Amino acid sequence: MISIRNLSYQIGESQILTDVSVDIPHGKITALVGPNGAGKSSLLSLIARLVPRQTGSIDVGDLTIGECSNRDLAKRLSILPQMPDLLPRLSVQELVSFGRYPYHQGRPGPEDDEYVSHALEVFGLTELASRSVDELSGGQRQRAQIAMTFAQDTDYMLLDEPLNNLDIAASRSLMALLRDLAETHGKTIVIVLHDINYASRYADWLIAMADGRICVKGTPLDTVTPSLLRDVFNTDASIQNIDGLPVVIV
Amino acid sequence: MHRRLIWLGLFVVICFVAYMSFGARGPLSFVISFRGTKLAALLLVGVSISTSTVLFQTITQNRILTPSIMGFDALYVLILTAAVFFLGGMNFTSLSDQTIFIVTACAMTLSAFALFSTLLRKTQNNLMQMILTGIILGALFRSLTSFMQRMIDPNEFAVIQNVSYARFTQIETDLLAIAAALCGLALIFAWRMRFELDVITLGRETAINLGLDLKRAELKALMITAVLVAISTALVGPMAFLGLLVVSLARIVTPVEKHSVIFVSAAFISAITLVGGQTLLERVFRFSTPLSVVIDLVGGALFLILLIKGHRK
Repeated sequence: MISIRNLSYQIGESQILTDVSVDIPHGKITALVGPNGAGKSSLLSLIARLVPRQTGSIDVGDLTIGECSNRDLAKRLSILPQMPDLLPRLSVQELVSFGRYPYHQGRPGPEDDEYVSHALEVFGLTELASRSVDELSGGQRQRAQIAMTFAQDTDYMLLDEPLNNLDIAASRSLMALLRDLAETHGKTIVIVLHDINYASRYADWLIAMADGRICVKGTPLDTVTPSLLRDVFNTDASIQNIDGLPVVIV
Repeated sequence: MHRRLIWLGLFVVICFVAYMSFGARGPLSFVISFRGTKLAALLLVGVSISTSTVLFQTITQNRILTPSIMGFDALYVLILTAAVFFLGGMNFTSLSDQTIFIVTACAMTLSAFALFSTLLRKTQNNLMQMILTGIILGALFRSLTSFMQRMIDPNEFAVIQNVSYARFTQIETDLLAIAAALCGLALIFAWRMRFELDVITLGRETAINLGLDLKRAELKALMITAVLVAISTALVGPMAFLGLLVVSLARIVTPVEKHSVIFVSAAFISAITLVGGQTLLERVFRFSTPLSVVIDLVGGALFLILLIKGHRK
């Protein structure tokens, strides 16, 4: 479980997060939703120590952020940032191999190669392993990035808007893959999503944020309601129940 | 890729042999010791500048900037001018080469480290801001230099002029030994950082995600850069665009992101440029132009091309 207590964060004069306390359940997909500027990406960055914590505490399992070593945390938690830098001259295999860095520190062994092959296979990238990343489509590139995060073999995976720039087929396929990772590999996945219908369809748990605060948390069935759309997203749209899941009709 | 490195290595050997043997007259022992000292200096400076440029470009996450472009050469001339200004030309020239070398190397290591680690890290994600910072610092150093040069005697100004350009023709053997020991140590540390540098190339967020202590790694790389640039500049003088030229060529000849390859490839190209260039200038063009001027001309043109193309990565 990721346990966050009294977390506040500000950049200059602007308050990004205000006294956030929340538990993220283990072995599930948790979707972070909310309007632009709600503080979702900042929350993810703080959990993954990409930005220094100012107040409050974050525990990832038995590790406390700020007290454990970077290397120990890298074996427990991985993050896919919103727009990671991509090196055009890296092959897919080389990119995914970087996921093993916390374990081999630059000198990979046979076990690391196995992990990389497995990650390429899980994400359907085996055929593309020797291709350069700049030759890939947006969807393939995104999969390669997530495969690197997967090769890191951590219990917790944080993904910041992984569906950006993906078409509907690539988005669905990626979300189905993440669902499978949570179910078969027991991964705890926290994912920032803009499309609330994806959150409703694929997430077990939903946390809605606005103005740097947690507004609503619970299962999609309990949380995706007209009041959520009105209070958090400041919009009116109808919600229909399809196959037992709430779907926002845009 | 290894085949390309082997080819580059062969070119380096050819350049060495040509430099040592072309037009050699007199006793062999004299030729070996005379040209050997210059060859060692060329090699030391070449490898130090190529390695420091690779380190600096990785840390600053761009492929245009080098320590020299960021005002380092101007700082070197400023330190020398200040020494002549405060000590006087006579006192300055009466100082031993070792003293001048040690003082300038220490002053530059400290200044470079302070400069790189504070000002530059704050502007890290903004290429234009970094270049502007470099230009402004360079202008500041040059203005201070020019101010002091106007105040001093014209004879003393000649002393400064003499040491303001890279020179490979008058290297003291004992200075070379000190420089080689210090640079050798820095190069070992740089080589040991190669895997960390590979990770840093992926971007700061990914590097932190992969468990790298980014601040520590950056600090280490900046210290190594400062030592390498300071010592090589104090040894032979400033070479503004050599780093940019050889590292850009290395990225074309060996287009991979691995620092183990880029370090070696850039060092080989640097050795070929300096040793091959010096052989041509000494033996073919009879010292008509200093090597540093030719390198700065070609490297400066390359800098402008890269800047215009917006070649950041």
